[in-house]
Amino acid sequence: MLDSKIPAGKLEEKWVDYKGHCKLVNPANKRKLEIIIVGTGLAGASAAASLGELGYKVKAFCFQDSPRRAHSIAAQGGINAAKNYQNDGDSVFRLFYDTVKGGDYRAREANVHRLAEVSVNIIDQCVAQGVPFAREYGGLLNNRSFGGTQVKRTFYAAGQTGQQLLIGAYQALERQVALGNVTMYSRHEMLDVVMVEGKARGIIARNLVNGELERHFGHAVLLCTGGYGNVFYLSTNAMGSNVTAAWKAHKKGATFANPCFTQIHPTCIPVSGDHQSKLTLMSESLRNDGRIWVPKQKGDKRKANDIPEEERDYYLERRYPAFGNLVPRDVASRAAKERCDAGYGVGTTGQAVYLDFKFNLINKYGKTEAGKLGIENPDIETLMRLGKEVVKEEYGNLFDMYEKITGENPYEVPMRIYPAVHYTMGGLWVDYELMTNVKGLYCLGEANFSDHGANRLGASALMQGLADGYFVIPYTIGNYLADEIATKPIPLTHEAFEQTEKSVADRINTLMNIKGKQTVESFHKRLGKIMWEKCGMARNAQGLQEAITEIQALKKEFWSDVRIPGTINEMNPELDKAGRVADFIELGELMCKDALNRNESCGGHFREESQTAEGEAERKDDEFAYVAAWEYAGESNWNLHKEHLNFEIAKPTQRSYK
Amino acid sequence: MEHYNMNLTLKVWRQKNASDSGRFETYPVKNISSEMSFLEMIDVLNEELISEGKDPIAFDHDCREGICGACSMYINGRPHGPWHANTTCQLHMRAYQDGDTVVIEPWRANSFPVIKDLVVDRSAFDRIIQAGGYISINTGNAVDANAIAINKDNADAAFAAAACIGCGACVAACKNSSALLFVSAKVSHLALLPQGNPERKTRAMNMVAQMDKEGFGACTNTGACEAVCPKEISIENIARLNREYMMAGAASDK
Repeated sequence: MLDSKIPAGKLEEKWVDYKGHCKLVNPANKRKLEIIIVGTGLAGASAAASLGELGYKVKAFCFQDSPRRAHSIAAQGGINAAKNYQNDGDSVFRLFYDTVKGGDYRAREANVHRLAEVSVNIIDQCVAQGVPFAREYGGLLNNRSFGGTQVKRTFYAAGQTGQQLLIGAYQALERQVALGNVTMYSRHEMLDVVMVEGKARGIIARNLVNGELERHFGHAVLLCTGGYGNVFYLSTNAMGSNVTAAWKAHKKGATFANPCFTQIHPTCIPVSGDHQSKLTLMSESLRNDGRIWVPKQKGDKRKANDIPEEERDYYLERRYPAFGNLVPRDVASRAAKERCDAGYGVGTTGQAVYLDFKFNLINKYGKTEAGKLGIENPDIETLMRLGKEVVKEEYGNLFDMYEKITGENPYEVPMRIYPAVHYTMGGLWVDYELMTNVKGLYCLGEANFSDHGANRLGASALMQGLADGYFVIPYTIGNYLADEIATKPIPLTHEAFEQTEKSVADRINTLMNIKGKQTVESFHKRLGKIMWEKCGMARNAQGLQEAITEIQALKKEFWSDVRIPGTINEMNPELDKAGRVADFIELGELMCKDALNRNESCGGHFREESQTAEGEAERKDDEFAYVAAWEYAGESNWNLHKEHLNFEIAKPTQRSYK
Repeated sequence: MEHYNMNLTLKVWRQKNASDSGRFETYPVKNISSEMSFLEMIDVLNEELISEGKDPIAFDHDCREGICGACSMYINGRPHGPWHANTTCQLHMRAYQDGDTVVIEPWRANSFPVIKDLVVDRSAFDRIIQAGGYISINTGNAVDANAIAINKDNADAAFAAAACIGCGACVAACKNSSALLFVSAKVSHLALLPQGNPERKTRAMNMVAQMDKEGFGACTNTGACEAVCPKEISIENIARLNREYMMAGAASDK
């Protein structure tokens, strides 16, 4: 059932060969072919712009009021590329290797190598569009380090890299709108895929302003709808981020791959109370300059600055001397959890560790600046002042954000941080061409499963989203559409459109007619609690089995007691949310099922049953070197398909960052 | 940081849809923690309204980390509330004391019609970008990123202008509902970079023309826009846009 369509030949020649031999569509025929793109983040906007430029007729959809608001905008730290501008030994191979290793050997080699190859083109493209990356005084581009690597290959724009890249893609998209190649549908949500003779041929979308259902035809449908981290209720995702589009596709036959692979990001602002609606990330790049520690003494209630140096446990530097504070995200998150669970956590809840900038403010930046200015024997205050100026330029917006949320000044006192759900490596299964197992249905960016294995390295999400949209799909979609040039647009009165729209309308009516007592939000919170406690940073068979039972019960309760105010044919955010939460509940069950099936620890998936004597994650390559792709087979029922992973170049080893 | 709880009186603009005339409704909210964000306080109120069988307050919001530009509340007469360089979602309740009254309205501008309650239609901003807020380069055309060295000061200034989140607070704060800070930020971002040079003249002309067409008002250099901008976009950008526009007009060869 699953054919990954990985081209034959040497790893480094696969993509070049593919591009040289894939089918092309001539310009006159492109104008007759319609493509639907759902989601306008980095993957969707870059795909819409690029396909519009090629001459296809594109329709793009987003649920936000403007494509510029997609959550890619919130990415902070940067984007990787194998440019080797720093002359520090980077190369396409090294980026490929770091990504496969960082993903704990659960990604597809061929996809990852292609990603590393096109990474260099992305930076060129973005600079040409006017993306204002950070520069050196000589006028050339600057780089910073990120976790899980030992080279500086991350391009950035202060702590707003995602914003600048998205604005670049958004502007390219709006240019195509102005030229008439792309039609933009904002405040629209895709609620189902329309299938005709086994191929995806359109979507049913709901206009979120007036509640009306609309039918849209496309020769192909691209889902670029992001990740599903909000299944945990609290995450760093935007409030509107959801799994609905991908889930509808899943129920129409697209397999969902590795759903349990979720990334818990180590540096987020801790939860402050039950009112909390979302969590805020503090960029991983801060780990370049911040040192993570907890008190050596359990339950030490002194203020951070009152705890002397020798009574601090810099536990990452202690446990992982080679990478120190720059270990990959999964490792850093588990280490924080371990310290907090053991009673060393700080803050009112004890569920936090310190991220402290003082050492580097003084020693790294302060002294360098003092040296530049020729200040001899500077005192600590001078060094702090000089260091702060540099840090402000690098991460000023993040420090400001931290202070707004917590009321504490991180230049003066260490940040308190704790891991939070951030990214989902799992997603719809796609082949090398980014097509799901449903013909004509593609999936790009975070929404697919393909490139990050069981753990994504920092600054790689932006890279993948843009790689898929700018440089992969423009080639691979032609290989499919070349055989579709004779397909006339299917009339919207076709029975497939009629029936699909009817089933969408029926579901909305059912939801509205429950008229129960409990709010959508309360169900979402309960789901999140189950997922965080039993399918979060550490998982075990018993907990996962309990979670499945609890989620099934929650689902029943939802469909018999949810209360949705208002009516269907008006702007009704509660109704929008209800549909999304209903889908999250079903996804949650599948995630637990997948986590239960994968009786090994790898990347972000830590099974307590599978760890080394030192408490590190233990992979089981003999049993689990495969992609788990789940086929929907009716309520609470899935069939497992396995795509075995072959590692020809990056041979699996136990990951060590010691 | 000392935390405390408070009771507040909210006066919120309610408007069923674009054709409804709208009115203020008063809502008491109790036991609000100073650690909550402003939107979390609205969440609490909405949960209560739903439980009472009433319609919750509709408002735009998404990232809740001050970067997507979706949130757009006019709070006690000021876009995004009392804090400097801030968005509504990043405003936290420690800005308020027990017993305060808080008045919440949508952006008020003819070019941003109200859709429902506090939600307005800001698609005019997208159409202004469509008029020229980009560099016309197709995917695949780029030269090596380091082929063009860019003076760091210019790159930094371009970045500062590009930090605009398109929230529309500038329009909401302006007595004339001018969009000039928004337009000038985009024109400056691209004019300050060599890549933006080839389309410099047409960009300034076309974006200003679209802004006028959308019905935004004129700029009188009052500076209310700059004062409330969550990203501290400088009014100097407006001066730059005026120069660009003048030069484009004077040197127009079309």
